[in-house]
Amino acid sequence: MQVVVCVKQIPDPAGTYELDPETHFLVRPAEQVLDDTDRYGVEMGLQLAQASDGTVTLVSMGPTGSMQGIRQALAMGADKAVIVDDDGLKGADALLTARVLAAAIAAEGFDLVIAGTESTDGYSGVLPQMLAELLDVPALTYATSVKTGDGSVTIHRQTASGYDVVEASLPAVVAVTAGVVEPRYPTFKGIMDAKKKPVDTLTVGDLGVDVAMAQTVSAVEDAPEREAGAKIEDEGDAHLRIVELLEQKKVI
Amino acid sequence: MADIWVFVEAENELPSTLGLELLTKARSLGTVTVVYLGPESDEAVTTLGEYGAETVFWADVGDALPAAPVAAALAGLIGEHSPDLVLFGQSYTDRDVAGRLAARLGTTLLSNASDVELVDGSVVTTHEIFGGTQLAKATTAGNGTQLVLIRPKSFPAEPGGEATASIHAIDLPDVGGAGAVITERHVEEREGPQLGEAAVIVSGGRGLGSPEAYELIERLAKPLRAATGATRAIVDAGWVPYAKQVGQTGKTVKPDVYIAAGVSGAMQHLVGMKDSKTIIAINKDADAPIFGIADLGVVGDVHSVLPKLIEALESR
Ligand SMILES: Cc1cc2nc3c(=O)[nH]c(=O)nc-3n(C[C@H](O)[C@H](O)[C@H](O)COP(=O)(O)OP(=O)(O)OC[C@H]3O[C@@H](n4cnc5c(N)ncnc54)[C@H](O)[C@@H]3O)c2cc1C
Ligand SMILES: Nc1ncnc2c1ncn2[C@@H]1O[C@H](COP(=O)(O)O)[C@@H](O)[C@H]1O
Repeated sequence: MQVVVCVKQIPDPAGTYELDPETHFLVRPAEQVLDDTDRYGVEMGLQLAQASDGTVTLVSMGPTGSMQGIRQALAMGADKAVIVDDDGLKGADALLTARVLAAAIAAEGFDLVIAGTESTDGYSGVLPQMLAELLDVPALTYATSVKTGDGSVTIHRQTASGYDVVEASLPAVVAVTAGVVEPRYPTFKGIMDAKKKPVDTLTVGDLGVDVAMAQTVSAVEDAPEREAGAKIEDEGDAHLRIVELLEQKKVI
Repeated sequence: MADIWVFVEAENELPSTLGLELLTKARSLGTVTVVYLGPESDEAVTTLGEYGAETVFWADVGDALPAAPVAAALAGLIGEHSPDLVLFGQSYTDRDVAGRLAARLGTTLLSNASDVELVDGSVVTTHEIFGGTQLAKATTAGNGTQLVLIRPKSFPAEPGGEATASIHAIDLPDVGGAGAVITERHVEEREGPQLGEAAVIVSGGRGLGSPEAYELIERLAKPLRAATGATRAIVDAGWVPYAKQVGQTGKTVKPDVYIAAGVSGAMQHLVGMKDSKTIIAINKDADAPIFGIADLGVVGDVHSVLPKLIEALESR
């Protein structure tokens, strides 16, 4: 089975995020890391590919930079990576991102595409559905468990009240939730091997995608700030202050 | 008058609260048409009318996964009627339908909006970014139908429409290989006060130290008749079910009082609860970000503060 996993390199979430004051696009340093939520997709892809003697190809759109994030995913065990890196894609909205990824994925060929439910830095949460529509395949979303077999894929789809079992035939797109599987840590050998794995870099010209984009952020302003109230050190009686406040708010 | 469409999903066979929130807003923007996904019922249509719907397009997909057939049908309807704006809720099926629809129509889709306005005929949306510390305003060029996903609890749900809605069944096209079927549905037991409704919420995070310690959260909730919540960290770790998760990928809540115990206050948690009227936080790290929005911050150990608090409340 040919598995494609969509992974994104993002600015380290441990640092502070900045917006370009003019374009309001997120500033992306050369050194970006693998979006933590994508580790679940990579792990899921590796497990499904292993079970079917298949391959895992990573597809990513965004500035290549030092490629640290992509290497992280390759070190987990993915076979190769395709990166679409083009200045014209700066600040790409969800639909443009989906069109670019769909073109790259269609060019690679696939039985199963795996994406995350939402990215940490963009969190539009609609990429997998858009991809599926553009590729004319089903999107099985919010997956908390994924099984493939005999030309079909079955997932547990998280719902507001529990979960549904959903089935479709391959090819398909699956969007996984964090926690769907336990991602492995790269081994030393994995890290060494990753350096030799093929990485193709493409431009939008290579894919024939038109970069027209309709969405603009017109302004960014500070939200009305919520004032922090009292902060007290517990010296054995802080619970009394809480009781007092609960009384004041008439919830007890 | 602007022509505003709202996608409303059924919840327990009636329009969802999220859908009614969107309707309340839509009413203030123009005339309202609802695309309703669920079993046909007079009660549902009456409710939609009470919240301002004049026209209801109703689709019942049975056991098909809704996204592909509903998006295809909606694309057809939108082509025919060219509404100015279609509002969706930032929830499961809404996202699936809106995403596919946007790709089908080739229009952009704005996600995670907390407000939407019409300014000189264009749609302007507000998005809370960086954990709600900043607000971004987005507009979309072009004058086709605009699609927006709105976060739950962005607007109150208030009846006020007078219309008796006219109802039209939607024909769902065959989507061939893009379709999927739901073969089983599992509903998890819901007991006690629910996150969406409770006046008080007690949430726990990784600072509780162990899954067993979540019992402290449950015991504290009892005398307060509170719903219990959690951070994603402890949901992912399997301590509590996903239904308890508060935050960006969980529930958005606005209770009168929110008590966070052993919760650091990550951006993605804050977006789900920062609009609570009163916030009380207990954390042993005086620099935990949660204190930045707490009305009362207690720097202390949950294992000493919570038992005493529980005892004080239980003995009242
Ligand atoms: C795309 C994406 C979406 C996300 N969505 C969500 C979401 O919807 N909801 C959500 O909650 N998170 C979400 N997260 C995760 C979020 O970033 C944080 O990782 C998570 O909220 C942290 O949970 P926590 O506060 O329980 O754990 P930690 O951050 O580990 O914090 C534990 C806290 O407990 C304190 N503590 C430790 N011991 C004690 C003690 N004995 N007494 C008192 N305090 C103690 C510590 O000082 C610390 O502040 C998301 C992340 C991503 C990337
Ligand atoms: N630029 C990108 N490159 C590769 N995959 C992406 C990109 N943006 C989003 N994705 C995938 O789509 C999922 C949802 O992202 P988002 O729509 O940004 O919330 C992510 O978890 C990724 O798997």
